[in-house]
Amino acid sequence: MTRAITSISQPKLRLEVLTPEEVQKIHAATLRIIETVGVRFPSVRALEVWAAHGAEVDRDRQVVRARPELIEAALKTCPPAYPLAARDPSQDLALDGNHVYLGTDGCGVEVIDLHSGKRRSTVLQDVGEIARLADATPEVAFHWVPVSAQDQPPETRGLHEIQAIWENSTKHVQTESIYNAREAQAAIEMAALIAGGREALRKRPVLSLMQCTASPLGHDGGSLDAALLAAEAGLPTGFMTMAANLTTGPATMAGNLAVGNAEVVAGTALLQLASPGAPVFYAAAQTASDLRTGAYTGGGPEDFLYGAATNALADFYAIPLSMGSFATGAKEPNWQAGIENSLSTFMASVVMSDMLLGCGFLHGSRIWSYAEMMLDCEIFAIVHKMMQGILVNDETLALEAIAAVGPGGNFLTHKHTRQHMRDVFLPQFMDRRPYNEWEARGDDARDWALEKARATLARHQPDPLDPRLSAELARITASLEA
Amino acid sequence: MSAELFQKMAQSIIEGDADLAADLARQSIEAGLDPLEAINQGFVVGVNTVGESFSCGDAFLPELVMAGEAMKAAVAVLEPEMKRLGAERQVFGRVVLATVQGDIHEIGKSLVGTMLSASGFEVHDLGVDVPTARIIEKVKEVDANLVGLSALLTTTMVRQKEVIDELDKLGLRARVKVMVGGAPVTRDWVQKIEADGYSEDAIGAVAVARQLVGAA
Ligand code: B12
Repeated sequence: MTRAITSISQPKLRLEVLTPEEVQKIHAATLRIIETVGVRFPSVRALEVWAAHGAEVDRDRQVVRARPELIEAALKTCPPAYPLAARDPSQDLALDGNHVYLGTDGCGVEVIDLHSGKRRSTVLQDVGEIARLADATPEVAFHWVPVSAQDQPPETRGLHEIQAIWENSTKHVQTESIYNAREAQAAIEMAALIAGGREALRKRPVLSLMQCTASPLGHDGGSLDAALLAAEAGLPTGFMTMAANLTTGPATMAGNLAVGNAEVVAGTALLQLASPGAPVFYAAAQTASDLRTGAYTGGGPEDFLYGAATNALADFYAIPLSMGSFATGAKEPNWQAGIENSLSTFMASVVMSDMLLGCGFLHGSRIWSYAEMMLDCEIFAIVHKMMQGILVNDETLALEAIAAVGPGGNFLTHKHTRQHMRDVFLPQFMDRRPYNEWEARGDDARDWALEKARATLARHQPDPLDPRLSAELARITASLEA
Repeated sequence: MSAELFQKMAQSIIEGDADLAADLARQSIEAGLDPLEAINQGFVVGVNTVGESFSCGDAFLPELVMAGEAMKAAVAVLEPEMKRLGAERQVFGRVVLATVQGDIHEIGKSLVGTMLSASGFEVHDLGVDVPTARIIEKVKEVDANLVGLSALLTTTMVRQKEVIDELDKLGLRARVKVMVGGAPVTRDWVQKIEADGYSEDAIGAVAVARQLVGAA
């Protein structure tokens, strides 16, 4: 059974958060940083690639400095558009600049248990359950590994996790939980089995990889090696900067953008030098550290502006963007979560970020909440509706209906209303009841969202993975545990 | 004359000016001032001022960290002189601090380090991605009585246990307390690995550290 995915496309709203001149300035600053300060690449393989292409490599400090021409030439081979393939081809996603897709957030460490409501450590079963719910939810277009399978061995955890998602959903899987070469190699083999071979995987990558950069101006060795392998195999691969004002980045927003951009651009250039034409994406979740504690905030006006500004950079380089939106710092689905997740998602969507990551988390990407996931999907649905803008034509101006109803009267009985009433947004979780009903019941959006998650999980069965395929995937994982 | 210098010292800390603080420390040595007095009547006054305005919300984290760095710079200059005079600055404890092997998350660990040293602990920060063996080695080398281990990944938090087990094996566990922290660290985990304490933030880390060394 295929289920249509809701994505934002053909936007009518527009926002220019950076002028072309400002983008150019940030780009120039970026090249200057890469050329004069350098970026740290603590991976033998990465340093070899850089050296082979004439970059200046300081092997002791593992710092690479590269001339602007080298970086710019390398970026030229990035493909501007490509698909994120799904186990069910009708759910393939086009990263073509004209779609915004929502994913689940990833790598959480705790979950508010669906049934007991208690907070606890996450296990493999949670990965499968969340994937199954996401499979049934039209707003979710693809998966991140939502939480960590802490009941599985650390060295193969990432493999157990992606298999659990494939078992429970036909949608595209992106992982941020695989950050070493050994696991990445095995994950590629698993993806090839699903896609029907290594060549088929290149055409229809059913798996993509996201790696964090190590701000300021660095990368993680394991992440680099994993990314190089993935790019070589044709899996879409992206580097995410989390440069944060005050701590891992300067206090000023432009400077923080430049630092993050230098990390992503240098990482992306490396992948292109190693595997020209490999599908790559830009990923970012910049923020401002809390002024009082240095904590990762996951919200606030700076976040929202970064959401829009980063897409201007990704567009400048003509590569898709995966933007960190949602990920509120709130401890429960509440006022703060609503504000942070709405504004971050709106700002990232209005500029057409290709992927939004993602729904479902509380406490700055640490605690999974099924209720929050459903509420986040409603936020996405609202933004989706807003992005359609206001259609103005003879039919929508409704002059005939207006004339027929005349001064006074109402439109409820008019045919035009009947034809267009479904254009009006119908929320699932907004409280529009009479006051006394609210008073008598004492429930709210959170309860309804949780109920929706429970009801969906009680009935939804995903298209199962062929048991033979399942067994083969498990064998690959087991071979790494021996 | 020395009162004026003390005031300048405090001010250098308040302004987070490490170069100036070191400079003033040198001047005090040249002027033949007692280094302990320079610390206690000069620099520490500045640290306390910043600490107080931080507590009531007037100062922000960067100011606190800069004050800490300036203090460190001053103490580094004064330390050899104290040694020469056979005086010793009273420290609450010697802490070996690290983010465990396989983990490169740095900010939280460094903040904990800054707060500890600003609060009178001698901190040996080994950085990130630090193998257990190096941590143990450092504990022995500096005769630490406290170890602070940061881990932000569920795949690396097992290293916190590894360090505790290793200390145990070497018979060091009785005199070396271990405190842990990081995003996935919960009270359950702390109990499970039999760590001595944990905290969800840097201010709390100082309280825990004080309590563990009996300086609460
Ligand atoms: C910023 C960040 C990064 C930055 C770190 C930059 C740097 N230079 O440090 C970068 C981008 C490098 C990064 C990389 C990765 N990250 Co990260 N990261 C975060 C994030 C968003 C914030 C961490 C942070 O700096 N917080 C601010 C500081 C001030 O807070 P703190 O670290 O929690 O520290 C405080 C307390 O915990 C406590 N504390 C900390 N240590 C100690 C020690 C002691 C002794 C005590 C007493 C107290 C204590 O006091 C501190 C001060 O208040 C967290 C999510 C989160 N909200 O925690 C994810 C998070 C920790 N990262 C995560 C992941 C998965 C990764 C990557 C694996 C991603 C990838 N695929 O590349 C890599 C890791 C690579 C590696 N080998 O380590 C996951 C881990 C989840 C899991 N299941 O394991 C998290 C939870 C986010 C998520 N859900 O995806 N990350």
